Amino acid sequence: MLRKVYVFAALGLALMAAPALAVTTQVEPKEIHWSFEGPVGKFDRGQLQRGYKVYREVCSSCHSMNLVSFRNLGQKGGPFYDAEYPNPNDNPYVKSIAKDYQVNDIDSETGDVVQRPGTSADRFPNPYPNEPAARAGNGGALPPDMSTLSKAREGGSAYIYSILTGYKTPSANLKVPPGKYYNPYMPGDVSGFWSGDMKDVPEGGFIAMPPPLVAGKVTFDDGTPSTLEQQASDVAVFLAWASEPKMEERKAFGVGAMIYLLIFSVLLYVSYRRIWRNIAH
Amino acid sequence: MSGHSTYEPKSGVEKWLDTRLPIVRLAYDSLVDFPTPKNLNYWYTFGGILALCLGIQIVTGIVLAMHYVPHVDMAFNSVERIMRDVNYGWLVRYMHANGASMFFIAVYVHMFRGLYYGSYKAPREVLWILGCVIYLLMMATAFMGYVLPWGQMSFHGAVVITNLFGALPIVGQSITTWLWGGFAVDDPTLNRFFSLHYLLPFMIAGVVILHIWALHVVGNNNPTGVSVQSKEDTVPFHPYYTVKDGFAISVFLLMFAAFVFFNPNALGDAVNYVPANPLVTPAHIVPEWYFLPFYAILRAVPDKLMGVLMMFGAIAMLFILPWLDTSKVRSMRYRPTAKLYFFIFVLACLVLGFCGGKLPDAHVIPGLTTFQLLDADLNSMVWLSRFAAAYYFSYFLIILPVLGLTEVPLAQPLSISAPVLSHPAKAPVGAAASPEKRG
Repeated sequence: MLRKVYVFAALGLALMAAPALAVTTQVEPKEIHWSFEGPVGKFDRGQLQRGYKVYREVCSSCHSMNLVSFRNLGQKGGPFYDAEYPNPNDNPYVKSIAKDYQVNDIDSETGDVVQRPGTSADRFPNPYPNEPAARAGNGGALPPDMSTLSKAREGGSAYIYSILTGYKTPSANLKVPPGKYYNPYMPGDVSGFWSGDMKDVPEGGFIAMPPPLVAGKVTFDDGTPSTLEQQASDVAVFLAWASEPKMEERKAFGVGAMIYLLIFSVLLYVSYRRIWRNIAH
Repeated sequence: MSGHSTYEPKSGVEKWLDTRLPIVRLAYDSLVDFPTPKNLNYWYTFGGILALCLGIQIVTGIVLAMHYVPHVDMAFNSVERIMRDVNYGWLVRYMHANGASMFFIAVYVHMFRGLYYGSYKAPREVLWILGCVIYLLMMATAFMGYVLPWGQMSFHGAVVITNLFGALPIVGQSITTWLWGGFAVDDPTLNRFFSLHYLLPFMIAGVVILHIWALHVVGNNNPTGVSVQSKEDTVPFHPYYTVKDGFAISVFLLMFAAFVFFNPNALGDAVNYVPANPLVTPAHIVPEWYFLPFYAILRAVPDKLMGVLMMFGAIAMLFILPWLDTSKVRSMRYRPTAKLYFFIFVLACLVLGFCGGKLPDAHVIPGLTTFQLLDADLNSMVWLSRFAAAYYFSYFLIILPVLGLTEVPLAQPLSISAPVLSHPAKAPVGAAASPEKRG
């Protein structure tokens, strides 16, 4: 295998029984403009709501989102924030979303495991009871938890968008293993499955997730045309929010902090010049 | 200079206290009336910046410890909970995480400044060595702190670094097991790292006090490297340097804030937001940026034990530096040849940092395959790091010792005030004539 090279002298790694690493390749994520970029960028509220719908109707059947509670949806900066309900637990929209989910609980009278409708305080329930069940349901692959997914991947939202829109029918020389799909944006090494010229091994890797989105799969309530790109960018934005729900608060705080520090710096500089004016230095 | 104290207790309480515990006198002599060379430039403000960094890390760290759970099953989620549910938890946690990087930026500038202006030379050897001790403690603290969120890089980084001790002959394996508190990096390891991560900053604070004490015995070095000769050469620390340091700190905080508020994860590795999984090894295990030069030295050596020794040797160089540099001239302003080697040294450190972040076999010039030299292609990161590491050690072991004996330094000024007053551009033109028109 020409493309496989031995990583030299990764001394610490040597003890971890992983001396041989394949060269992983991937196509750089697509460049896409996000409304939340830059120091004052905010999430597009409509996009967050559409993204939530994509998550709810498509992703959540396999992917958990353990760290996010229903109430988060209604907090400041969240998809369903309503200024009338400063306490997101009271937000009727959030309550009704939660009620649609069945969550596990213990009956306090009998001790039996029961299911009850969710409340704003509950976390999003896991689609699988445990990891082996999740793997069994997905051909051995574990659908990653989505609470931190966006910041846990190099490239963040652009990476997620690229994966979702990047599935490609591979060339006939690439033998895709059963239950896998070729995606040029997925980091991986497909050289072992390539029968063509070794100089032309396609970039990217195999992913166990079948292409999840197709045009028209989710109907948007605001009438936005449901193209593949629209769904992908909306859900990428929703996941960016899910990993950084305090992003808008952080940036707003940051603008104030920068202005304060800037004024403070100018005052200190002026004081410095005044105090030092008679000292040759 | 630890001369005569000029403190005069004014109120009755101060007089009473001064005869029992002269703590106000200590603060006065250290921070108000401390005579400081008047020619310190902005490179000298990083000491104050570092003190602030330590303060920020301790304060944010104490708050984080109130919410953090040091348990393998809960650590990751507790950190996320801090960011999501604790009031301003995101602020405290991002300040702490980015604060570590800021701390290292500042300490590296501070150290290079010391190297350039010869601040390690007599009579400041102990001052310098105390600084090296602080740096060593900082590295240990930062490493253990990085393990605490228990992400993928936390865990696998901990495995790699603790395994380094396994390279020691005979006792290696026992030491590693003892460090781990078991036979793998696990809950006991996380617990002791948390405990030590909380302890070490206070040890740093202790050594910082010694560092400042040593500074106040010998006094500041200065860009000319010429010792202070008269009162003419100095200004009182307050208000002259409190305001200059204050301005520098404020500008530094602007950069700090830009990271915390607008790019909080830019300096970290994305993989660390994946919860630790001992069964899945990340594709590239890389330490945080501030350890990359040492990581490159470690990987540059084909033998593991030698690599570990070289890595620690790289830090040991700093400790013995005062006796390696044979030149009597402190500041490299007056050592043109040494200055050139110094800037190559800075470049070598940056190159090492660059190589440490890449795969050893990656090409330096993309797409170019030259020829196999021993175990790797010449156009590879591992060879580049070997050249840079060789320069790193030569700088300390060959260049500085030999240069001090062979070079011809430029003439040094007779006093700190001399170049200032003789330099027409720097003289305070019109200051005496019409001070009200300035500032």
